[in-house]
Amino acid sequence: MTNGNANDKQTLVALVENRPGVLNRVASLFRRRNFNIDSLTVGRTENPEISRMTIVVDHDAEKVGNQLSKLVNVIEVQEVTDVPNVSRDLALIKVAVESSQARGEIVQLCDIFRAHIVDAGPDAMIIEITGDEQKISSMVELLRPLGIKELVRTGVVTMTRGDHVLAPDEFQMRSVKRTNGHRASVV
Amino acid sequence: MKLTGAEIVLECLIREGVEVMFGYPGGAILPFYDAMTKYPQIHHVLTRHEQGASHMADGYARATGKVGVAVATSGPGATNLVTGIATAMMDSSPIVCITGQVASPAIGSDAFQEVDVTGVTLPITKHSYLVYDVEDLAYIVREAFHIARTGRPGPVLIDIPKDVQNAVTEFEYPEGEIYLPGYKPPQKASAEGIQAALDLIQKAERPVILAGHGVLMSGATKEVIEFAERTQTPIALTLLGKGGVPESHPMSLGMMGMHGTGYANLAIQNADLLLAFGMRFDDRVTGNLKTYAPDAKKIHIDIDASEIHKNVRADVPIVGDLKTVLNQILPALSAVEHREWLAQIRDWMEDADERDIVHQHVTNKLLAAHVIRDMWAATQGNAIVVTDVGQHQMWEAQYYPHERPHTLITSGGLGTMGFGLPAAIGAAMGLKTNNVWCIAGDGGFQMTMSELATAVQERVPVKIAIVNNGYLGMVRQWQEFFYEERYNATPMITPDFVKLADAYGIPARRITQREDVIPAMEWADSVTDGPVLLEFVVEKHDIVYPMVPAGADLHNMIRRPVPSPDGL
Ligand SMILES: Cc1ncc(C[n+]2csc(CCOP(=O)(O)OP(=O)(O)O)c2C)c(N)n1
Repeated sequence: MTNGNANDKQTLVALVENRPGVLNRVASLFRRRNFNIDSLTVGRTENPEISRMTIVVDHDAEKVGNQLSKLVNVIEVQEVTDVPNVSRDLALIKVAVESSQARGEIVQLCDIFRAHIVDAGPDAMIIEITGDEQKISSMVELLRPLGIKELVRTGVVTMTRGDHVLAPDEFQMRSVKRTNGHRASVV
Repeated sequence: MKLTGAEIVLECLIREGVEVMFGYPGGAILPFYDAMTKYPQIHHVLTRHEQGASHMADGYARATGKVGVAVATSGPGATNLVTGIATAMMDSSPIVCITGQVASPAIGSDAFQEVDVTGVTLPITKHSYLVYDVEDLAYIVREAFHIARTGRPGPVLIDIPKDVQNAVTEFEYPEGEIYLPGYKPPQKASAEGIQAALDLIQKAERPVILAGHGVLMSGATKEVIEFAERTQTPIALTLLGKGGVPESHPMSLGMMGMHGTGYANLAIQNADLLLAFGMRFDDRVTGNLKTYAPDAKKIHIDIDASEIHKNVRADVPIVGDLKTVLNQILPALSAVEHREWLAQIRDWMEDADERDIVHQHVTNKLLAAHVIRDMWAATQGNAIVVTDVGQHQMWEAQYYPHERPHTLITSGGLGTMGFGLPAAIGAAMGLKTNNVWCIAGDGGFQMTMSELATAVQERVPVKIAIVNNGYLGMVRQWQEFFYEERYNATPMITPDFVKLADAYGIPARRITQREDVIPAMEWADSVTDGPVLLEFVVEKHDIVYPMVPAGADLHNMIRRPVPSPDGL
């Protein structure tokens, strides 16, 4: 087991059934077990019946994974902390533009970090940046002196490198009508 | 065939083999109750409180091994099930709870008697469903029973809005395999796991088996005994493990833990190998984890992967069904002797015997332990005993040895007072026997004694023994030890239990002398057409010894003083 020390961040990815209430079950489990979630993202996959979660915890990932696997709607869990992977976080950062000099600095920084300016007003700009957590943190630190008005991050999504895929064994579409997920939702 | 949602549920229950369900009606579940009139094959037991229904379903399940069913209406009916659901969850008991819900268009509007019961019970169910469409009902009921009874069993809740119960659709029973992509109860262990276990087993000089509920749940009695005999390994039992192996077996050490036997705990603390068979290292059995079995390697076999390393790190973790895994291990297991180790344990046993309350001369006092030992004698150890929670429960565990699985039914994980009477009713109905004894304290009995009426209405021949010490005895014990005898909120008055029984038309007797215990039991045995009640008025200030204080080291037990002049 890749236990690591309790303060190390560990990453898990989970495939879950795309049904109402599943995110609630996961969140409830974390609260009940007193697991601290650093970040949890969830979204659809190529299969409309399956959603995928990326979970970053500062807790023993094996324990978290074992608990997650107990949920009936959780199809597959994998710990990927030590597997070569690509991790991305997206942030929108609203920075103050107090002078044209500041504007220039921001444009330059965006260039270096390959971030995009997605909105520009007379007093503020919104910057979109994707990358691993470190890249975003560096960007944030450099922007901070200019005056960050608002910041939002999506949390981390992770995919392992190479041709390994996290896929459920022989997942079949339900052969019968199951409307229990009718309020089409990403958990 | 066009059926209503309510009828579909009943059709499915019949196919699941349900013969009896326990419940209480109300507005949101009325379509289901109305549909029952067309299905007389399933007997509905009207309880006096929904908590009674969930405990009865639980007692039924634990006694029979089948899935118990509890039914309640929405809102207050559903919330009243909660304690029983949590009890079943903690002790891995398979029950299915069916609750009515307000009509689906009204969900979320704070409608009359609306409560988000799937939300409320999320952390205390193995799984749950809120059914939005009648088309899903049949699958959901099938899935619910499958989930409740397989893997590590547990409670499943199905919440059905009133309009879904009334909706009509073509019913065709969904045959074929159940498809749950995320649900894969493990069965077999890997070859490497087995080999690693064998290596440790062959090397061990002071091994101890810790036999838990998993021994009973997987039906592994024979395998555990074979293992213990071939490797000469003593067996300590958890509370819920009682009955998993006969306590008369020469390898049995009796119960471990807070009120376990001193020699079981000493054996564990001095062991060099612990074989945890279907148990979960609850804090009541380990005491202080930092000093727990310091020299022992641990092999942990459990069907639930999340139990492994949860409290105690396993050197060899094996996830699988215990019986299956033991059958993988046994063929490769060669015979070993542990003479010195067993001799050492025998020494500890002799010391403990000296302090044993039933071996002491007692003047003129009726002690709960004596009552229980005499019950054991009178029933020849053959009763199905259902206990409540408290001192009497621990004395039961100490002084009523069990020889067969599922003959002790008790709330272990949650320690639920009020469990005893309703669970005993459920057990007696499931087993259709008049050999079920409920042992309850005066406190816990008063929590659910309204179910006496249920027992009378159903003519359940359950035998009730109230151990009346005029106190919330177990709490009083803690106050005596740890709160300088400030007995706040533990002395309690009780109704006249004999008169109370009389009010329900239940034959009853009060016993105050030891010589009357066995005759009273024999009398109770002759009552077979309904409940019977015995009230044992016992010594008020008795203590359950030995005791490991919560969080203390397992070997630091508070022992019964010996010898003591008045037998206490
Ligand atoms: C529902 C519930 N409430 C409170 C407790 C805490 N508790 C544990 S044992 C006990 C005392 C039980 O007293 P009684 O039923 O008279 O049995 P005795 O210990 O005297 O045998 C109490 C209050 C509990 N276990 N369950």
